[in-house]
Amino acid sequence: MGFLSPPPVRKLPLAGEDTARVVEPNGNGASSFVSSGRRAVASTSLAVDRMQVEELSIAYGSKLAVDSVSLPIRQGEVLALIGPSGCGKTTLLRSLNRLTELTKTASLKGRITLDGDDTATFEPTSLRRRVTMVFQQPNPFPMSVFDNVAFVLREQASRRPRKRELKGAVEDALRRAGLWDEVKHDLAHPALRLSGGQQQRLCIARALAANPEVLLLDEPCSALDPQSTQVIEDLIVQLREEVAVVIVTHNLQQAYRIADYVAFMYLGELVEYGPAEQVFGAPKQERTREYVSGAFG
Amino acid sequence: MSVATPPAPKERRSARDSSASWRWTDRLGLAFAWVLGVMFLLITVGIVIYLMVQGIRFVKPEYFVTSPSAGFSESETGGFLDPLVGTIVVASLAMAIAFPVGLGVGVWLSEYGRPTWLARITESTVEMLAGTPSIVFALFGVLLFQHPALGLFSQSTDGVVYGRSFFAAAAMLALIALPLVVANVREGLQAIPGHVREASYAVGKTKIATTRRVLLPAARPSVVTGAMLGVGRVIGDTAVIILLLGATLKIVPAEGPVGELRGTGSTLTSFVFQNAPTGEANQPEKAFAAAFVLLAMVLILNFAMDVVVRRGRRLTWGS
Ligand SMILES: Nc1ncnc2c1ncn2[C@@H]1O[C@H](COP(=O)(O)OP(=O)(O)OP(=O)(O)O)[C@@H](O)[C@H]1O
Ligand SMILES: [Mg+2]
Repeated sequence: MGFLSPPPVRKLPLAGEDTARVVEPNGNGASSFVSSGRRAVASTSLAVDRMQVEELSIAYGSKLAVDSVSLPIRQGEVLALIGPSGCGKTTLLRSLNRLTELTKTASLKGRITLDGDDTATFEPTSLRRRVTMVFQQPNPFPMSVFDNVAFVLREQASRRPRKRELKGAVEDALRRAGLWDEVKHDLAHPALRLSGGQQQRLCIARALAANPEVLLLDEPCSALDPQSTQVIEDLIVQLREEVAVVIVTHNLQQAYRIADYVAFMYLGELVEYGPAEQVFGAPKQERTREYVSGAFG
Repeated sequence: MSVATPPAPKERRSARDSSASWRWTDRLGLAFAWVLGVMFLLITVGIVIYLMVQGIRFVKPEYFVTSPSAGFSESETGGFLDPLVGTIVVASLAMAIAFPVGLGVGVWLSEYGRPTWLARITESTVEMLAGTPSIVFALFGVLLFQHPALGLFSQSTDGVVYGRSFFAAAAMLALIALPLVVANVREGLQAIPGHVREASYAVGKTKIATTRRVLLPAARPSVVTGAMLGVGRVIGDTAVIILLLGATLKIVPAEGPVGELRGTGSTLTSFVFQNAPTGEANQPEKAFAAAFVLLAMVLILNFAMDVVVRRGRRLTWGS
């Protein structure tokens, strides 16, 4: 199954631009859609190094899930992790804010730095406020919409600051996640009564509330309908200006639509890392070519 | 080797789809279950209504404000003020012990459970408590609180420790309520999916903050249920009261500080026990009146629990 002709690719606006342009594929019979238009990537020069993964290996018991991976994570860019199921994408992502530590069998080798400091030297809780994560399945807390965001803003278990003082910050986070207009009248409603797409955007709002430097997204759209997916994709592209975004996705078109850089993983190894046009258009590695073309026909 | 063609699917019938496909044995079983269910319902409702009707005939407002006194006729024996106060005091004291301890043990077993061997031991201990008849707790309590080391919890005269007091009874009743609190807290916490915890850790919350601000609020309906069931058990118990509270006619304070709580008394259950037609006092009208009040307390408790649980579910999990 594949596309006979490349699908139209939405060009998402960069900061400064205000309209999304849809670029028709040039349809010159190319077997790949890559020659078609794509969101112009011009932000690389603005990109700032945020995190650095160096020779990272992660094993569950004796089973190696990530095998000496090195790559940079930059603000101003969206990095997409792609690869077949079970290749270690989630594991790599979770190691970035040390969530792997919650799995007892997991062991880690190598180094991850955030702004030059080894993340192993951080307090996990303070690291996880700077590098937040959104999961595949929307998982709001069983409390009100407001409290979902406010909980993140408060100091650990404390109840201070109070609701009224947090109102501005909560609104800000919900606005950044593009959810404010839909929920502003029912902030006191249980979050679990929102639709799936709204729940996922609430989770993004929650992840943004802590004002992180890096935002990790693990297949954030896989449980969502196309419309919610598009809203979230637009959101991600806007967000990359303020935070470094790493997204795991199984949807290669999605990766192509929103990513500036793409990392292709296979059996725990990082096979190829490069700008999206290069990885999709002219992959250097045979395995990448197979994977990318296999999925697109 | 031959390729077997799959047998053509027979007419598919699911037992749930229509009762037409039911065998006669199924129907018989269902009818039996129905009859039994309706029978038990009628018996329960019958008892409650009978007691209500019987009781309400005998309840007089002055019973609530008059202490009981010794006498031969219903007009001489006063009311049940002291047993009513005793019930409230002993239940509050017992829950003041059982609730925090039960909550702590439940949270620890569900969320921490380390070291494992200690968790296992705790778990079986709690299960054992749940299965122990209350008269055994009562007997154990008598021996325990008569020990000179625990003399300060009850009246002691010339070095002889009486061993019966509100403290002693509440301590043993707490053991009866504890398993109910623990079981419900655990159940409530375990019903919360693991990804909710993970979501909280992923935004930099500690385990304690997660437990206090996410898990316990979400489990509140279960926590309340546990507490209410505990209260129900405590106010309904008779054995511990008779052996450890003294079941005296009136509240008899001990000498010294907090004498009331170190003294003896009775509760509505022991009052009913003594005034029942088979009891020492034999004042059936008083017994029915007190039983009515006890029953009303339990029903109100159940109703309150229902309201809290419903409200909690609606506020957290939606619809
Ligand atoms: N908690 C765990 N315990 C043991 N092994 C695990 C655990 N989580 C993942 N693994 C193993 O590690 C490998 C990588 O898993 P991971 O979840 O990172 O893959 P993935 O690339 O995210 O896959 P998918 O695309 O299906 O989500 C798999 O082989 C998996 O079996
Ligand atoms: Mg995964």
